[in-house]
This record gives sequence, C-alpha cells and structure tokens, in this order.
Amino acid sequence: MADQRSDLTASLWRGGRDGAYASYRVPLRENQTVLDVVTWIQRNLDTTLAYRFACRVGMCGSCAMTVNGRPRWTCRTHVSKVLRGGRIEIGPLRNLPVIKDLVADMRPFFEKWQQAKGAFRPSQTRQDAIAPIRSDSAERLAADAAIQCINCGVCYAACDTVRWNPAYLGPAALNRAWSLVNDVRDAGNAERLAAVAADGGCHSCHAHQSCQEYCPQALNPTASIAGLKRRTAQAFLKGEIKP
Amino acid sequence: MIARRLGYRGEALWLAALVHRLSGIALALFLPFHFLALGLAIEGEARLDGFLRWTERPVVELAESVLVFLLAVHLLGGLRLLLIENFAWRDGQKRLALLAAAISCVVAFAFLADALLRAGP
Amino acid sequence: MNVRLYLWQRGTAAVMAPMILVHLAVIFYATHRGLTAADILARTRGSVAWALFYGIFVLAAAIHAAIGVRNVLDEWSPLKGRRAGLAAIGLGTVLLLLGWRAVAAVVAP
Repeated sequence: MADQRSDLTASLWRGGRDGAYASYRVPLRENQTVLDVVTWIQRNLDTTLAYRFACRVGMCGSCAMTVNGRPRWTCRTHVSKVLRGGRIEIGPLRNLPVIKDLVADMRPFFEKWQQAKGAFRPSQTRQDAIAPIRSDSAERLAADAAIQCINCGVCYAACDTVRWNPAYLGPAALNRAWSLVNDVRDAGNAERLAAVAADGGCHSCHAHQSCQEYCPQALNPTASIAGLKRRTAQAFLKGEIKP
Repeated sequence: MIARRLGYRGEALWLAALVHRLSGIALALFLPFHFLALGLAIEGEARLDGFLRWTERPVVELAESVLVFLLAVHLLGGLRLLLIENFAWRDGQKRLALLAAAISCVVAFAFLADALLRAGP
Repeated sequence: MNVRLYLWQRGTAAVMAPMILVHLAVIFYATHRGLTAADILARTRGSVAWALFYGIFVLAAAIHAAIGVRNVLDEWSPLKGRRAGLAAIGLGTVLLLLGWRAVAAVVAP
C-alpha cells in the first residue's frame, strides 16, 4: 500500500543529556533513507542540528543512530521500512554519553576496546619469516567469522547488559578480543584472557543476542563471547590466568 | 530518557532471558518457604500432614503448577545457555527457547491436570 | 561476574540439572499417589541416600541462587558490587541453613 502522503514528520533529539524531541516536516520521497531525512533537515530547516556520517553507503558505520527505538545505520535504513503513521523518531545511539543532538560520544566504547586488549600484539618482527596461516584452520575460521567489525557501536547500543552494568566491556570489544585470541600470530593472549575474565568481562553476557540481531555486518558477538567463556574457563582451571 | 521506546524489547530471545531471570528470582524467594514447610516434620508427622492437606486445595495446586512451570522453564532455559556456552554455535536459538517454554507448559499442565483430576468430585 | 563466580554458578547448574529431573519425578510421584506425611517420612527417615541427594541439592541450590541473585542485584538494584555480594551471601546462608534443617527434619531417624 503506497503512502499517499507528500511529507513525513521526523522527531529528532535536540540537546545533550538533557533536551527534548523536536518535530520537523520533511518531504517524503520514493527512495529515501533516514540519513537523507536528517541531512535535509540540517540543510533546509535547522543548520544547528549536529549529526555524524561519512561514506553514506553502508561501509563506515559512522551514521549509526537510534531509529524508532532500534539502533541502526541510517544510511542503510529506508524510510519506507520504518515510517509509522507518517512519523519516525531519531535519537543518538544509546548507552553512550550524548555530545549534541544525534552525536554520541564514542570514547567509552573505544576505551573498553582497549580494556579488552583488542589490539594485536606481534610475536615476530619484520626480520622473521612470514607466518604461514592456513585460511581453513579452525582458529582462522573462527577469527574470520568475527573480524569484519568496523566499530559502529550498534551492538553496544543494543545491549541491555551494557545498560545495566557500567563495567561490562560490551559485545564489540569482546568480539574483537575473540578474533585476536584465535590469531595464532598474537603474543598477548595471557593478558587478554585475564582482561576478559575479570569483572565486567565475557562472563557478564546473558546471551540476549541483541548484538547479533542488530549487527549490520551480520556478526555474532554472542558466539564469540561464548568462545571466550570456554577459553577463559580452561585457562583459569589450568592456572594460566588469575584475574 | 533519550530513546522513548526500546523497540527491541519484544524480541524472542530477550523475553527468554527475562523469563529465565524472573523464574530464578521467584524460585529463590520460594525456596525458604519450601524448606520451612518441610521443616514442619520436626514438630511431628501430624504437623506436616496438616500442611500437606492444605496444599490439596485447588488454588494451592494451581500455585504449585506455576512453580513447576518456573522450575522447568528455568532448567530448560539454563540448559540452552549451557549448550551455547560449552558447544559449537548452533543457529535456531529462538526455536530452542520457544521449545523450552512449550515443554515447561506441558509439564506444568500435566501436573495441574493430575492434581485436579485426583481431587475428583 | 567473573570467571570464578561463573564456574561456580555453571558448575552447580550442571550438578543440579539431573537432580531437578529426579526432584520433578519425586514431586509427580508423591502428589499423584497422594502420599501422606507418614508415607513420605516412612520412605525418608534413616535414608542415607535421600540425605546425600537432598543435602547436595540444597548446597548446590544455595550457591547457585546466591550468585544469580548477586547478578540481579548488581544489574537491577541500587546495591552494587560488594554490597550485592554481601546480600547474596546472606541469602545463600539462609537457604543453606533452612535447607539442611529441612533435610535433617525428614531423614533423621
């Protein structure tokens, strides 16, 4: 059933942590993304609106916002899919501090990435021979399944446990830790396993699977976290880590 | 509150986790009373028997069948979690969660039906 | 929640899983047969097997429930971290004492 309306009403969060939703009437077009709507408002109605985007084509993850209560990439969300009674509601990503309007502060997200030891630690130098890694080895398959994360923050915004537990490292950081745990060239696993086995680590996950549900890259942090639970349990029982 | 609606709250697996948590809380709160009831045996058979008589009332049998449901759903939901955490990932978690709830309903209903039929006319 | 608490909670869950099946069977049997207190106590009094079974069941349940409640308090209530842990230990202790008292009540000869 085609919408006979000529425009839509977009309700956008304006302000910081304190603020309010403001309504804007925007022309409804046949092919329109939520990012198009936000951009149109900023250019034609209110140049003080702050929002984030970059590639516009679903590659960078910068445009992630809360649309009708769900975190998603606005450049990949067609208005026709989310319009309800001619209205949509757009806010910044949840579980993160708000800088202004639709812009969330990603710093806590990246700090937890570091806390989970989400950075590769080389075990060799450029003088050594290249490590032969078979692309079909069990570890490589596990790492490859998790490696496409581009840190958009959608899973972090969707996660209830992040909302309930400020110390929880979150699905993205733990997913990255898992991909590195499976990288046989990495030398930092003792520290990494200890980091994700501590309070707020992988054991805080309740397997709601909201992260998997909403990941625009179709990743499965729940599975990665389950893998970390197994590895840390083994390491702990063997006395290899003492978190 | 920034986002007025948490649109994803209706998702099946989120509900499954909520049921698991609430059933656990309910069971933890019920247990002390269960233990106190059994402890009546200390005061003698008659005392415990009096209590067991009381539990034969239909409304109590109904409450007991709810407890049976809570126990079953918490067990089955927990088994699903243990599967996720200790074995290779398998898709179809929504289906498993639904199955757990369905089996729990069947078990609880079987208990209730048996209890009420036993009471008889 | 950390790896230690996790292992205790999942471990006690694994121990209890088969025990719950037995317990459900016991519940169905006792209620279906309409056992009186005398019938039940005749079966449990002086039984080492029942004492061990339910003694272990109570211990596992007390640990499992305490850790679970600790998580709920930490995530959903103003009691966080250490205070949630203390409240949980309180609950666990109550469950253990009342539970073992109940077991003693039915197995003491």
